Amino acid sequence: MTSGVTVFGLCAAAAVGLGLNGLMTSPQPLRKIIAFNLLGSGVFLLFGIVGRRGAAAGFGNDPVPQALVITGVVVAFSATALAIALLLRLLKTSGSTTLDDPAPTSPHSDPSGD
Amino acid sequence: MNIATVFEIVLASVVLGLAIWTIAVAETYSATVGFVAYSLLVALIWVRLDAVDVALTEAAIGGGLGGVVLLGAAARLRDAEALTVEQASPIVRMSAAILSASITAALAFAILLLPDPAPTLAPTVVANAGATGMTNPVTNVLMAFRGMDTMLEKVVLLLAIVGVWSLASDRAWGGRPGPRHQADPNGVLAFLARLLPPAGIVVGVYILWTGADHPGGAFQGGAVLASMWLLVIMAGLADTPPVSSRWLRLILVAGPGLFLAIGLGGLWLGPAFLSYPAAFAKPLILGIEVAMILTIAATLGLLLAGAPERSSQ
Repeated sequence: MTSGVTVFGLCAAAAVGLGLNGLMTSPQPLRKIIAFNLLGSGVFLLFGIVGRRGAAAGFGNDPVPQALVITGVVVAFSATALAIALLLRLLKTSGSTTLDDPAPTSPHSDPSGD
Repeated sequence: MNIATVFEIVLASVVLGLAIWTIAVAETYSATVGFVAYSLLVALIWVRLDAVDVALTEAAIGGGLGGVVLLGAAARLRDAEALTVEQASPIVRMSAAILSASITAALAFAILLLPDPAPTLAPTVVANAGATGMTNPVTNVLMAFRGMDTMLEKVVLLLAIVGVWSLASDRAWGGRPGPRHQADPNGVLAFLARLLPPAGIVVGVYILWTGADHPGGAFQGGAVLASMWLLVIMAGLADTPPVSSRWLRLILVAGPGLFLAIGLGGLWLGPAFLSYPAAFAKPLILGIEVAMILTIAATLGLLLAGAPERSSQ
């Protein structure tokens, strides 16, 4: 049992590192959002490893971290959806998705007047 | 080395390979596809960790609905992303690599040096399971022992949908989210959109109902209902509702509203906020879950649909 925990634990640690690296170095915002999700997924897996080691009383995994991760997955999804909506709005108003400069005010500006 | 260990090592290697691909591949669309595959395989890891409730959530919400959001965005951003040429400077890349590698190493050491025997709350959960009349320990924790977390999470969903809606342009304010989908009325998509929802709705409700005693619950069931709704919308058989619609807003606040009302009832009639009277614990929790599954299905579906783009007329 512990061998699987160790293998998945190292995998989770690598996912956190890869996600953090992608978050800092990717120039495209969508890549940053994906990298952030990868980081979060690694953190959730670490919860799962700790819960798996806390298997007791007939459960294969401690139910308390499991419940926290379920809440976390749903919150991560809603944050991702909000980030994507912001990104699509940025594309619509500025015509590009770059985060470097303040968005140009013309010539792509949204004709809907906002 | 038995077959299970070999399977675990292969699974972990494939997941790790997909994570590297997601970060390293040049094209954004390929990275998105890699991440969706990664999420679905991570659900298998959760099964191996004996956390089936989490595996269902990860597959349905993380991999399924999250994948739809990311792939949809990647498709819409494809042309714009190609114009993005700026790269992080070598110093930034080097420091980021060193920082990430050190954090990975620190986490790996922490995993290898975790205390033995591990601390656990499982016996406490078992000792108090009788208080709710439900035998799925995860549902007990979600709805009773840490009900506050779940209630606040519903509020987060509500805030996210308010945030998405407020990104609408003036013209589309209060209108319908997303484009009006058109599909061949005699095509496969329209056929499946007529065939699958009746079964899918039964499956979603079953997952909610069985969640009291077996893996499942309002989140997983809600995700199934949301995907059925989206299937019908994508096949052009129904339109997204205008976000100013009153019944829609009632559904969106039903889950957190009922949860809050019952929680305040516990404060008023019982000993504490969110304390359920022992005799009615299970019916009250099921009532909250029924309101919650409607709220979750509507919110997840609308989060996928995005900001309003068309006026409701």
